[in-house]
Amino acid sequence: MTVKHADLAEKFIADEPRTDWHDDTLWFVREKRDKAAHGLPEWEQLREWASQIKNNTLSNLSNYLKEFEEKAAANGIKVHWASDAKEHNEIIYEIILKHGIQKIVKSKSMLTEECHLNEFLQHQGIEVVDTDLGERIVQFRKEPPSHIVLPAIHLKKEDVSATFHEHLKTEKGNNDPQYLTEAARQHLRNKFVESQLAITGVNFAIAETGGFVVCTNEGNADMGAHTAPVHIACMGFEKLIPKADHLSVFLRLLARSATGQPITTYSSHFQKPRPDQEMHIVIVDNGRSKQLGREDFRNSLKCIRCAACFNTCPVYRRSGGHSYHTAVAGPIGSILNPNLDMKANADLPFASTLCGSCSNVCPVKINIHEQLWKWRQVIVEEGYVAASKKISMKGMSFVFSNPKIYRLLGKTGRKVIHFFPFMVNNKLNPWFKQREMPSAPKDSFHDWYLKNRKN
Amino acid sequence: MKVALFIPCYIDQFYPKVGIATLQLLEKLGCDVSFPLEQTCCGQPMANSGFAALSKGCDINFIKNFSGFDYIVAPSGSCVLHVKEHLSNEEDGIEASQIRNSIYELTEFLTDILKVKSIPASFPHKVGLHNSCHGQRGLNLSSMTERMLPEFSKPEQLLKLVAGIELKKAKRNDECCGFGGTFCVFEEAVSVKMGKDRVKEHEDNEVDYITGGDTSCLMHLEGILKRQGSKIKTIHIAEILNRVL
Repeated sequence: MTVKHADLAEKFIADEPRTDWHDDTLWFVREKRDKAAHGLPEWEQLREWASQIKNNTLSNLSNYLKEFEEKAAANGIKVHWASDAKEHNEIIYEIILKHGIQKIVKSKSMLTEECHLNEFLQHQGIEVVDTDLGERIVQFRKEPPSHIVLPAIHLKKEDVSATFHEHLKTEKGNNDPQYLTEAARQHLRNKFVESQLAITGVNFAIAETGGFVVCTNEGNADMGAHTAPVHIACMGFEKLIPKADHLSVFLRLLARSATGQPITTYSSHFQKPRPDQEMHIVIVDNGRSKQLGREDFRNSLKCIRCAACFNTCPVYRRSGGHSYHTAVAGPIGSILNPNLDMKANADLPFASTLCGSCSNVCPVKINIHEQLWKWRQVIVEEGYVAASKKISMKGMSFVFSNPKIYRLLGKTGRKVIHFFPFMVNNKLNPWFKQREMPSAPKDSFHDWYLKNRKN
Repeated sequence: MKVALFIPCYIDQFYPKVGIATLQLLEKLGCDVSFPLEQTCCGQPMANSGFAALSKGCDINFIKNFSGFDYIVAPSGSCVLHVKEHLSNEEDGIEASQIRNSIYELTEFLTDILKVKSIPASFPHKVGLHNSCHGQRGLNLSSMTERMLPEFSKPEQLLKLVAGIELKKAKRNDECCGFGGTFCVFEEAVSVKMGKDRVKEHEDNEVDYITGGDTSCLMHLEGILKRQGSKIKTIHIAEILNRVL
């Protein structure tokens, strides 16, 4: 049986000071985002434009994809199509075999996480070095990223120090961030120099030009792509935008939404391979066509992976990314992952209070909380719900459809709570574990009304 | 003006005083208020759990009780939002759609329909307002910190009319309390942690009361406050607006 969000969250929260720290850290990022957004009077207009551009893209996707393939090929980029994670991994493996590649560096790409590329290549005896600092930290620890923009946000500097001491022989107990970062820098520098292949993600692919843009704060995508003789960029097909003009809308929204920066430190434009360099793009479906066909959920594909919905989510901040047991966590993950595996991810749309903050911060206006509600309906309809829940819901439905029974049960229930409080105040009642039950009045409002307003 | 009072099931059963305050307040403000006697629940507990298909009986009962009024008013943003977004009747859609368009949460009814400019209420206490998500983000009862739009707050606008009240704003003014319907039991750990964090901010402000427009959120916060042995009490906004010295 797979572990569920609620259980993993409970484990995370067991360390309350650490939970508070996690919550405060991400709230700090959310506040930075607010400040940056307030700096642009046209913020809400930008969101609307971004949303409409993505709607247009998704509605005409096949044409834009063909246009992109044609232009990219004309620029000398080799374009590959992968229908699922397996094909994506095999395409990359073939390129590796063809060139006899041993040394690989990879900058952040949530798609390769989604496809479990590292594990796949490891099975073939090939090691990939993640070069994003946060990703390198979690890679050393054999953990998945807990956040799509801040992969090691669940870790404190003390944890990083211990990890680096083990893997990079840094001084034990030296928690100085500058010292630790310098150690990672020296370590990664060698990996870049040795690399024969650089794998990167894609933030935006432009149909009109056949070029693509990769955004990083550390410049690690560039370090890899500029040294290695082969560059493979991996993208989910929804990363497309129609025109180069549209980029400005997204680049202004992306970093402000993600971290509150006006723009990512490096927004690198790749147009064609250098002389003697090979450049590949792997365009991946992996369930996206299916999601595109689900009318209620298709616009989840507008996502630009800024993680603003993570940072604002009161549940995510207090349960940590690993509680979502998927590559993409947080609210957006909870509407994307049921499409990939409904049974394994049936708990995720329920890991939300439906507060709606996610939809409000989303720079491309995905109605995330409404889709969470809709996924709940689909999951129940498809039968991925506990039998006990189904029975209690059926009972509730019967009671609320029959006013007399509702009133009778209400009265009985209140009497039970009043006279036999131990019936509800016990450990079988999850409400009572950390909360008192409301006190049960003798009269309901209905009773009061009959006595006081109906003569 | 014929107004029907909708008292959500948990208020009916556990917090009749909130229903009484709402009724008395509306009468005080000159409304002709009826309470349809066969009402039960809006159906939200089922629908939010993924069982919207099971809320049909509830919907039919709701429509039977609330057809034919100029306005329907309820002291709960969450239940009102559910009715607005999901009430339906496959056989006759007209009545359902009329109800969806004429149902109001109490504070928006007071500010937008009755256009209340003064309230004969007095509440000389330090009060923290909890902005419930469904009222705020769903019904647009107040501006939201995520959006870059002009600031306003319908509940605050009303509370400011109350004599003697001292309003204290929580640091994260519109963070969810973690109640979330069945979330509060199925995700017990996160739910309680969220509630504790809300309570802490109001404690830091040394308030006497936490108020709000949704008794469900207040019930959750009250459960935590009582377990902690806190002196802070919860009170529905209708009870404050109806309070006279």
